[in-house]
Amino acid sequence: MKITGKKINPAFYLMTIPIAILFFIFHTLPFLKGVFYSFTDWQGYGNWNFVGLKNYLYVFTDPDVTGSYIFTFKFAIAATILVNVLSLLLAMGLNSKIKFQNTLKSIYFLPYMLGTLIIGFVFNFIFANLVPQFGKTFGISALSTNILGTDHAWIGILIVTIWQSLAFNTLIYLAGLQTVDHEIYEAAEMDGVGTIKKFFKITFPLIAPFFTINMVLSVKGFLMAFDQIMAMTGGGPGNLTTTISVLIYKRGFQGGQFAVQSANAVVLFLVVVIISIIQLRVLEKREEKLN
Amino acid sequence: MELTKKSTHLKLGKAKHQVNWTVTAILVVLAICFILAPIYMTVVIALKDPSDMVNVLSWPKHIRWENFAEAWKMTDFPLKFRNTLFITVVNVIFTIITNSLAAYAITRNRKRSKLFNLLYYYFISAMFIPFNVLMLPLVKQASAFHMDNVLGITVLYIIFGLPMNTFLYSGFIKGIPTALEEAAIIDGANSWQVFFKVIFPIMKPMHATVAILSFMWTWNDFLMPLVLLSDPNQQTLQLAQYVFQGQFSTQYNLAFASYLLVLLPILIIYVFFQKWIISGVTSGAVK
Repeated sequence: MKITGKKINPAFYLMTIPIAILFFIFHTLPFLKGVFYSFTDWQGYGNWNFVGLKNYLYVFTDPDVTGSYIFTFKFAIAATILVNVLSLLLAMGLNSKIKFQNTLKSIYFLPYMLGTLIIGFVFNFIFANLVPQFGKTFGISALSTNILGTDHAWIGILIVTIWQSLAFNTLIYLAGLQTVDHEIYEAAEMDGVGTIKKFFKITFPLIAPFFTINMVLSVKGFLMAFDQIMAMTGGGPGNLTTTISVLIYKRGFQGGQFAVQSANAVVLFLVVVIISIIQLRVLEKREEKLN
Repeated sequence: MELTKKSTHLKLGKAKHQVNWTVTAILVVLAICFILAPIYMTVVIALKDPSDMVNVLSWPKHIRWENFAEAWKMTDFPLKFRNTLFITVVNVIFTIITNSLAAYAITRNRKRSKLFNLLYYYFISAMFIPFNVLMLPLVKQASAFHMDNVLGITVLYIIFGLPMNTFLYSGFIKGIPTALEEAAIIDGANSWQVFFKVIFPIMKPMHATVAILSFMWTWNDFLMPLVLLSDPNQQTLQLAQYVFQGQFSTQYNLAFASYLLVLLPILIIYVFFQKWIISGVTSGAVK
């Protein structure tokens, strides 16, 4: 690895140090400040005092905050499971011997390209106008109201999230499926292995690393859900679809809860880190076992 | 290359490799109903007259181009487009240069310097910090630094891309043999020349991935402009859609014309570069 001997060329410092300093100032420093303010009563302006763990106590006991955690987890778990099951099925379909394979692949990947906010607005219209119209015409009462205004609003958000996230997850599974050698299937078929057994004994173990990538990225993304909620319900009706990110935004910037929401952000950070690490550990262990 | 090898391999196979028409049909129907139909609906509504909305999905009786003109004026499209384009283009160019440079220096010196090794782990671990977690203090800080504008947010995008891009570039640089750089040094090139003349061109495939991911991120980002850009003159296209959502209210035709104006550049780019984009996004995630 020696390029210029043992001494490191000063040019290498110039290539990294300035941008590393900028990164510290604009990324690490705000993060540390957030941690710091979470122990104060700062409102975003004026004087402040240390309040110890008061904000954290509030975060864990305030029904709005705990409610948003419960909703976010429910949403993230449902979205992760549905997106991964559906995208794996879709990827297997796209990977089989079909016509128009490249065109279909491009079409199914298209939602990834489109901004979540605008997708949310478009589906707003579908839920508010098209679906009720359809429901009334065919006399299906469950569909004749705008779901986004009901207690089931989260299902509308779930649908939009799945619609967009399928694209990326399918692409990753497809990349995984393409690494599997067809001869393995042929051999399995000769031995009379059934389709379902073939999937669980051959396909799934071989694409396990891709499953890991998708699981980790999905959960992290869904725990941060923001755009589609701002576009579709703004967190409502009431607080029913308020995710943690939406709560931090609303209460932190407009609700005068700068310090409380800083504590909330720290908790969110810890949750994301812990979940990511657990997932990586568990999934990688399973990968080892399967192989 | 993998693919062509496989498809020839498939052709050599036997009966089971005939086209599976059932799966083809299912996938075509699903694609039309779930992906293309909402996009078709967006286009049709954007082209329709408000009086023509009884049957939403029907083709417009007459095409009303004025929807676009009105949406264009209402949202101040040219200004928002210029802002978004500036952020996107400047971010892509500077991200590629500065982030690859940093990743190069880090990757090549990690083994012999604790500082560079530390920087590597510093950037990689920062991937765990979502933007939502640091946005409250960041907004305070950005306004104190007068960075709550187009130029400021561009700088932030370039800096915030570092963790992911260090990870991506570093994986690529590890695979480049140092012999090339050593030969260039013997020829009298300094570190900068080695980087820009030897390493930078070799990294083209990774530049493509980073460029696509950065472009998608900045063009479609909503949260960062929302919290940072309050001055209407500094707003981006995505943010403008949110701000004007209330004013559109039930003028769906104008709203959809406005959405389409934002989606169109992306759709055009996708039609022309889909292969690059798909392979770029894949290698960005699977690396």
